[in-house]
Amino acid sequence: MKVSMDIELKDVPGQLVSALIPISELGGNIISVLHHRDRKTQRGTIPVQVVFDVEESKLAALLQRLRERGITVVRVGAERLKEAVFVLLIGHIVRSGVKELINEVDGTGVAEVVELFLSMPAVEEKSAAALKIRAIGKMELERALDIVEGFAARCGILVVRPIEDEL
Amino acid sequence: MREVKLSIVGFGVVGRGVAEVVARKRAEIGERFGLDLRIVAVVDLWGAALASDADGGGLDPRRILDALQKGGAEGLSPRESLEAHGVRVEELQSPDVIQEVEHDVTVEATPTNVDNDGEPGTSHILTALKAGRHVVTSNKGPLALHFNKLMQAAKRADRKIGFEATVGGAMPIISLRDTLAGNEILCIKGILNGTCNYILTRMGEENMPFEHALREAQEMGIAEADPRSDVLGVDTAVKLVILANALLGLDAAYKDVRVTGITEITPEALSLARDNGYVIKLIGEVDRDGKLEVAPKLVPETHPLNVGGTLNAALLKTDLAGEVMVVGRGAGGIEAASAIISDIIRIFKN
Repeated sequence: MKVSMDIELKDVPGQLVSALIPISELGGNIISVLHHRDRKTQRGTIPVQVVFDVEESKLAALLQRLRERGITVVRVGAERLKEAVFVLLIGHIVRSGVKELINEVDGTGVAEVVELFLSMPAVEEKSAAALKIRAIGKMELERALDIVEGFAARCGILVVRPIEDEL
Repeated sequence: MREVKLSIVGFGVVGRGVAEVVARKRAEIGERFGLDLRIVAVVDLWGAALASDADGGGLDPRRILDALQKGGAEGLSPRESLEAHGVRVEELQSPDVIQEVEHDVTVEATPTNVDNDGEPGTSHILTALKAGRHVVTSNKGPLALHFNKLMQAAKRADRKIGFEATVGGAMPIISLRDTLAGNEILCIKGILNGTCNYILTRMGEENMPFEHALREAQEMGIAEADPRSDVLGVDTAVKLVILANALLGLDAAYKDVRVTGITEITPEALSLARDNGYVIKLIGEVDRDGKLEVAPKLVPETHPLNVGGTLNAALLKTDLAGEVMVVGRGAGGIEAASAIISDIIRIFKN
């Protein structure tokens, strides 16, 4: 799970390291650290934004350890669905029951259809849909895409996927 | 100066392009590479034009091209055109010319035929190798269907086969094998059909349906009267098989490719793609694990493979050089002839 956390540190040496140690102790992987020295608070503390990956079950323990170290956690924003993909569908999408497709993807519990744009030129003509799917990881995203491919194959719909960039 | 005698088998757009390039560049190629290119035979279904002693050891390509052009304008058949302009046409067929007329390189430029076992191209190439000729071809069928057989035949005969013109027209890609020698090519993704690229580009620009863009392409001579091989992805798949075998060392066949064409793409789909920062391109993709796929794909607008019009492009991933990209003109007689001439020069420079 990707977590974005705003913390405040006292302006004394060693504070940043002290705040990052618990994350690594709990197996977290730090993605970025923004140290806003220019935005000192009225209390004289320095806001720091840390983004990291950690198992969902470890988050409570992490907050506890930070508290024990006297670090103020201002905000915790967990982004559960961190992987996203954009696909196009072309065919008789509404007639084929796109709602069931969305339910099936959402029903996995690990992926969700978060955006759907439909373009329907005329009643008997094929429509086009842009689908944005988010999932908790790459494997789960692949599973959601398999569901989309299965639906498309059953209904004679063409799926246009992105050219994979990790060449 | 080394004399290099050529026969041109199949005198359509590509064969004429080769004659045109020889006419234009013979002196320059002589000066730069020490090779004196002479066309000693041109053969097509109408018969064969052979160089006689009076021609000084080679046909005059300009005279043949002019004769065909003038005769064509007068409504004459190719044979009548040539004879009307003083070029003697013999009742010889291509295998006889390949075997019996003494020459160094057979330029095999007959049309691609994938349904008919790559014939007559496959037999032309095998006959030429057996007769001790090098072969340079623009014909995809034989390479896609019988790659290993042809390579083995060339090895046995100790002759070379140049086939740069089969994929990407003027865009150099087969020769990257040598240019990137020492690298392992891991994966290739490319736009290998100029007609599809043109149609998708126009559909996106003008918001026009597939049928309109196809008709426009046909009127401009970009798409053929029977466009099925292009728009159904067959042509891309055939080229992909050649790349798989030649550059990735796979033993791939056409039937291994998962092929989806562009006939289902709608202007609405292109518009939705654009709203989200993508274009749609027909992409051929091959990797070392044997993935062989041709399908319309979403390509980010900022991606190097987003090339427009009739251009071809390919992105190669290699183990040492990382990513290498080539872009070029994929179709046309002179473009194919560019690849053929380079192949011929390469054979004699090495």
